[in-house]
Amino acid sequence: MLTKDQIAQRIAKEVKNGQYINLGIGIPTLVANYIPNELEVVLQSENGLLGIGPFPTEDQIDPDLINAGKQTVTMAKGSALFNSAESFAMIRGGHVHLTILGAMEVSENGDIANWKIPGKMVKGMGGAMDLVASADNIIVAMQHCSRSGESKLLPECSLPITGIRCVKKIVTDLAVLEVSEDGGFILKERAPGVSVEEIKSKTAGKLIVQGDVPEMIFE
Amino acid sequence: MINKTVKNATEAVADIPSNSMLMMGGFGLTGIPENCISALLERDISGLTIVSNNAGVDDFGIGLLLKKRMVKKMISSYVGENAEFERQLLNGELEVDLIPQGTLAERVRAGGAGIPAFFTPAGVGTEVAEGKEIREFDGKMYLLENWLKADFSIVKAWKGDTAGNLIFKGTARNFNPMMAAAGKICIAEVEELVEAGQLNPNEIHTPGIYVQRIFQGKNYEKRIEQRTVSK
Repeated sequence: MLTKDQIAQRIAKEVKNGQYINLGIGIPTLVANYIPNELEVVLQSENGLLGIGPFPTEDQIDPDLINAGKQTVTMAKGSALFNSAESFAMIRGGHVHLTILGAMEVSENGDIANWKIPGKMVKGMGGAMDLVASADNIIVAMQHCSRSGESKLLPECSLPITGIRCVKKIVTDLAVLEVSEDGGFILKERAPGVSVEEIKSKTAGKLIVQGDVPEMIFE
Repeated sequence: MINKTVKNATEAVADIPSNSMLMMGGFGLTGIPENCISALLERDISGLTIVSNNAGVDDFGIGLLLKKRMVKKMISSYVGENAEFERQLLNGELEVDLIPQGTLAERVRAGGAGIPAFFTPAGVGTEVAEGKEIREFDGKMYLLENWLKADFSIVKAWKGDTAGNLIFKGTARNFNPMMAAAGKICIAEVEELVEAGQLNPNEIHTPGIYVQRIFQGKNYEKRIEQRTVSK
């Protein structure tokens, strides 16, 4: 099973040179730590910053400079600041190439649920609905099963959905999966030491296994 | 040049009546109008509807207005991190309208720009789309969203001049510029107020035409929600 950092490390391999990327809160934020230095990418923060830099040192902290998770950040070289309408114009306009976000559930046709649990406190969707409705490539970072052991990869979402038919790839603590155009999760890679059978038993939606499934490789 | 200056926050918010519709800039606690929130707390008004991306925290920002029971309804995209908000909501004492963040920003922008409605892909197929017109453009589905306007919009800028021109700093810009335009009366509080002519016109983010009242605020706390440093 992968740690959260290993999930982030595996997702970082999906990043391509020249991409503008929006990273969600949680595991997706960790992806930034694993993007290879030789790649030139720009991280977008939907509260109005293109070019998120590293977290500040104590004496660099600026309360007027935060990311969408409300963490203090710095600006990378060549960054730009803008208002929220402009920020979502970038997102809806298709200028952000890759969105990486967390999820509570993903369905086998690519629906995602990550904003509301009925009967519990509802915090709101923030920018997630805009992001998943807009980016061409959406990768989900999540645990394969909930804390109570229920599969989060389902035939259809049981929770209120955030967006329909939008998730392209899922990286969990057990596997890398792609959403098939015809429905179903195509098993692409296994976490080291995790069997196809285990992944199958923990995937409630349709799992498609094509030939030998390789283990993920970590440098 | 029209002089928009008022003395202070107390004077700026003195005529905001109960049950009015307000917009307040800010993302989290960054770029919120701290001085006007404090001045509103001194007013004996209630039943406010507040459009703001977030609802502050328990003891700061809009959270203070909630605690004093001045707010009837919040229109926001994300309202976590606030126990009093949660309590009022679960008790049915507070209404909340949750809106995707980009839709919220664009609805406010549209309100200030005279665009009554627009189509957006955000929320198609979700409960956000319930009761809204859906239309297909170039093979993709979009839903119709209406503009948002307010009786008063209250914004916070870094620098401003007596003509109401505003410059923001960092990510404290966020919703402030669109809200300035979408309020019938826009109140701007700034960290540094200068005479008209002293700001570089090339650097103005919000032109003074949108701003009706401006004053220099004081004692900015700028509380940080998630102080995160490099190791």
